[in-house]
Amino acid sequence: MSVAQLATNVPELSGEDPGLARRFLRYMALMREVEDRIERKLYRQGKVVGGVYVARGQEAIPVGVGLATEPADVIFPSHRDLAIFLIRGVPPRRIFAQYMGRVDGLTKGRDGNMHMGDIKLNIVSIISSIGASVPVAAGAALAMKYKGTRNISVCFFGDGATSRGDVHEGINLAAVQRLPLVLVCNNNQYAYSTPLEKQMAIANVADRAPGYGIPAEIVDGNDVFAVHAAARRAVAHARAGHGPYLLECKTFRMTGHSAHDPADYVPKHLFTEWEAKDPIRRLLDRMLDAGWTDRDEVSGFYAELREEVDEAIRWAEASPFPDPRTLTDNVYEQ
Amino acid sequence: MPTTYLEAIREGIWEEMERDPDVFVIGEDIGVYGGAFKVTAGMLDRFGERRVVDTPLAESGIVGAAIGAALMGLRPVAEMQFSDFIACAYDQIVNFAAKCRYRWGAAVPMVVRGPSGGGIHGGPFHSQNPEAPFIHTPGLKVIAPATAYDAKGLIKAAIRDNDPVLFFEHKGLYRRIKEDLPEGDYTVPIGKARVVREGKSVSVITYGAMVYVALEAAEALEKDGVSVEVVDLRTLLPFDEEAVLATVRKTSRVILLHEDTLTGGLGGELAARISEHAFEYLDAPVARIAAADTPVPFSAPLEEAFLPNRDKVIEKARWLCAY
Repeated sequence: MSVAQLATNVPELSGEDPGLARRFLRYMALMREVEDRIERKLYRQGKVVGGVYVARGQEAIPVGVGLATEPADVIFPSHRDLAIFLIRGVPPRRIFAQYMGRVDGLTKGRDGNMHMGDIKLNIVSIISSIGASVPVAAGAALAMKYKGTRNISVCFFGDGATSRGDVHEGINLAAVQRLPLVLVCNNNQYAYSTPLEKQMAIANVADRAPGYGIPAEIVDGNDVFAVHAAARRAVAHARAGHGPYLLECKTFRMTGHSAHDPADYVPKHLFTEWEAKDPIRRLLDRMLDAGWTDRDEVSGFYAELREEVDEAIRWAEASPFPDPRTLTDNVYEQ
Repeated sequence: MPTTYLEAIREGIWEEMERDPDVFVIGEDIGVYGGAFKVTAGMLDRFGERRVVDTPLAESGIVGAAIGAALMGLRPVAEMQFSDFIACAYDQIVNFAAKCRYRWGAAVPMVVRGPSGGGIHGGPFHSQNPEAPFIHTPGLKVIAPATAYDAKGLIKAAIRDNDPVLFFEHKGLYRRIKEDLPEGDYTVPIGKARVVREGKSVSVITYGAMVYVALEAAEALEKDGVSVEVVDLRTLLPFDEEAVLATVRKTSRVILLHEDTLTGGLGGELAARISEHAFEYLDAPVARIAAADTPVPFSAPLEEAFLPNRDKVIEKARWLCAY
């Protein structure tokens, strides 16, 4: 079943779907493997330099949402949404090249890590001033409506971003204009070292939605089935011309903000509690319980995945660094 | 019938909207009200709400939305009600729009335009010339037209350009400057200066409303036998370095004149280029005339003291000639 068929033909999930579960597993496991290699191997070896932001424990959010979109929908991933690139067909080798500053990275070495995009794949690159993507995503939604298409714009952001004025300006503008915009908040409860209670004086990001006159729902961000079902409702709402829709996915950041951050400020028991809710573990348990797979098949799946990633890293390490003579290329159209 | 500077901008945008269905305008109070200065007057009736988008009061949101639409292949023309408020959209312009092509190869064919400049007693927040930080931002183009002909030709060129363009209109010229414009479609190339007045003794390199201050000074100096060449940059980024160096080589004395404040203004960069590339042609130090390094004051005597004027140019030109 294609992604497009999934999103258009079935507004609500009809119970259990082993095929969909396999696709969830493929992208969630691949995202984690790629990020683990980057953070725990390549970064420590000094082969990846600069900021490294991973989403261990948060993979259900980009996967659940990403698989609810059509290729012509434009997506604005944040820095913990690597799976969006995988779902849209970017091979892991190009992602490793991106992190290592090689010419085969999506930005050809002009930028690093998750600061990448590909307009042909309808993925718009994030910038470091978090939340800035929201009004831009609103503008992309405006373009979808302007052109008379039924496509939508999907914007990811974290709990910290919701404190930025740009997020307010973008949501409000999209709400007033009834633009086809799906807003996905990855609420992992920490923005760098700042816990949620120092970020906002209310319990939920979703509580803000009535203030914009838009619907919202709160989702268990570690349950990929729940995220996906909610994302399909959000996408259907936006696609039908009813305006923006906010999804707040509750999850937890199982790492520091970035690879250099040991996250000493996070109470240890929180890691223990959330480890038990790991989204990949939960998906696998569900698949095993339902008899959709067995332990041998899972072992085989992981062995293949690791091989695929090994090969991708070898390829990326063989990719050249950019030629300094290209420094001034493409500041403007040439 | 002569066309005013303001009408020329409106005509330019209008003609581009007629020509290209992907061009649209977005901003505060631009639809029913026609914009604070009426640049977009009549557009709502002609093009409808789809292409004349009235927004909430949110400059960063407006520019962000324009960027998003541009990334999707449209050609938005976003209005800042006053260019002073472009400060609110600084992050979107500098960090988002300007860097997209270089970072990941995505074009942002967007125009952000609005009234700038003083001399109308608008006070600190309705009079500024905020071009300097944007001239310092690779990836942007920055335009500041002085004539109705250039305003129309350059806004059309800006809309057709595939990079983000900031278009600073001088509000003091909106209804003061008019001329007969040619029939039919024309553009003015971005990045090309224009010699407004030929001269031999001193060059004044300037832009925007200061072109007229330079011309007034030139006329007065002519009577004393001082022949002043006036160069209108028209585009501030990328500026026409060849034209700057050519006039310096010709007259050997140069005044860099702008209404923006002195420190960190474009004049400093031009002075450095002249020093690097035309030092041996100079018969006197490079001179700068700019607004004082203060916020734009409201009260008339203070604002008059703040702004460059004819007499300041005359005085500086005489000093250069006597050097």
